[in-house]
Amino acid sequence: MEPLFGKTQDELTQIALALNLPPYTGRQLAEWIYKKEISSIEEMTNLSRKARSLLSNSYRLGWLPPTNVQTSSDGTKKYLFSTQQAKYVETAFIPEKNRNTVCLSTQVGCKMGCLFCMTGKQGFQGNLSAGEILNQYRSLPEWKSLTNIVYMGMGEPLDNLDEVLKSLEIFTAEWGFALSPRRITVSTIGITPAMIEFLDRSEAHLAVSLHTPFDEERQKLMPIQQIYPLTEVLGQIRSWDFGRQRRVSFEYILFRGLNDSPGHVKELARILNGIRCRINLIRFHPIPGTPLESPDENTIQAFKAQLVRKGITTTIRASRGQDIYAACGLLSTKQLVQPDRDG
Amino acid sequence: MVTAHSHVVTPVTLSFSEEISSGHYLVGFPRQFEFRAGQVIGVSLQEDGPRRLYSICSGEKDPEVWILYNVIEEGYLTPRMSNLERGETIWITEPRGSFTGSREPAVWIAAGTGIAPFYSMLRSGLSGEKTLIHGSRYLEQFFFYDEFAASLGPDYIRCCSAEDDDHVYHGRVTQYLSDLGSVDPALIYYLCGSAQMVVDTRDLLIEKGISFDHIISEIYF
Repeated sequence: MEPLFGKTQDELTQIALALNLPPYTGRQLAEWIYKKEISSIEEMTNLSRKARSLLSNSYRLGWLPPTNVQTSSDGTKKYLFSTQQAKYVETAFIPEKNRNTVCLSTQVGCKMGCLFCMTGKQGFQGNLSAGEILNQYRSLPEWKSLTNIVYMGMGEPLDNLDEVLKSLEIFTAEWGFALSPRRITVSTIGITPAMIEFLDRSEAHLAVSLHTPFDEERQKLMPIQQIYPLTEVLGQIRSWDFGRQRRVSFEYILFRGLNDSPGHVKELARILNGIRCRINLIRFHPIPGTPLESPDENTIQAFKAQLVRKGITTTIRASRGQDIYAACGLLSTKQLVQPDRDG
Repeated sequence: MVTAHSHVVTPVTLSFSEEISSGHYLVGFPRQFEFRAGQVIGVSLQEDGPRRLYSICSGEKDPEVWILYNVIEEGYLTPRMSNLERGETIWITEPRGSFTGSREPAVWIAAGTGIAPFYSMLRSGLSGEKTLIHGSRYLEQFFFYDEFAASLGPDYIRCCSAEDDDHVYHGRVTQYLSDLGSVDPALIYYLCGSAQMVVDTRDLLIEKGISFDHIISEIYF
């Protein structure tokens, strides 16, 4: 049966009309699904018994609990969810002193093949639906305490643009979860056409995976650079009016001896000139078989200090959940992937 | 608000569309632009329709541009595109991409239709001092076999995972590379295929001592 969870109010209205129910049923359904705590269609008590029966014949409420959870020594939790295609994704819950963040996955696996990412090692098994993206928020035991949502889990969000935009609509619409888009950040590797569409159709913050300011270096780390070069990505960002509230940030994983030199700082300052932004430095969490290593703490701090001296707001992201493979770049359900049959 | 040149599309009229093996098609249209072998173009069926990127398969100086693709049954574009005939219109973007060939000695590694950029390089005169390792599930999917064999001779290696034949390695590309005693760390390795193929092959090459900065990858995005 098809889930109602993950549908927009317009889609819910169409479902109601198709069942010969009054058009306002769509609004009632959205209210029950996204604003109240029920576990079945039968609990939608302001709908007639007939309406509930008709809906129950073809639909289910549709949000599903995680199938497993691991807890880190630092309090981070990693949840495992199954998808409608009997595949699996992971979601990280990151509690902090003043905020609680959920890190959502958008795809099973990933097509982007970045050299430093564990998710990429499992290849690509499919896109998540908007409902499956939203489910990673709504079905967490901690969902009411969540303050921030980041689309930085498994997959490239803008490679699944339609479902990501739909999930953002449901997160932020008054009839949906009514969350502020300023609490939501969507990360991308820099798929330019999709990034423009995301900027145009959403108000959520943008984070771009940068990792080196040099084109040739970036293409060895991130194959997407072959198709959508950084200069083009930055050109689009530079020409976009982000307004006062919307934020663009650049993710920068530090690799020892590769992208942590003063030359990199200088080039970063040059290419980001004119963009009001922040750089998030990320400690690299080694993955099996990788030739890359993390620099030592002194180098990380020195890199940050140099960027700050160049006038770039720079933060160092705390590594969370490393002991349960929940930290940045470590999410993977490879062990649960069925072998494919391709040549 | 922002003009993205990647959004600019141009209509072109198909000069042919041929199913060259089961579920695999080659389409062509007159060349109206310059490109570098290995580059991609966006293809859509309507001016504002969903667009997918495909490697150009023909040579830089060929009068036509060719695209090789396989039909993804659950996909939007390819099932429809496979029904198009000569004279019908598709929409294309400008060529883009830096997965381009060179005259330097190199190893080309492809899976399935990932052979397309290498065929373009071959037709553009860039096949000197190259080794090609091509993996396919079936023998009929070694596209452009005759030309690769004629140009590369023993440096053209075919890996077939589902069928056996003389002079064809039985197994996947990754298995072939695993079985190889050593690989030359001085060469550049160009990989083109699915995400899984590229990632597995890259890991294997790194394990065999190839520096990651000698590996250039193109994934079907």
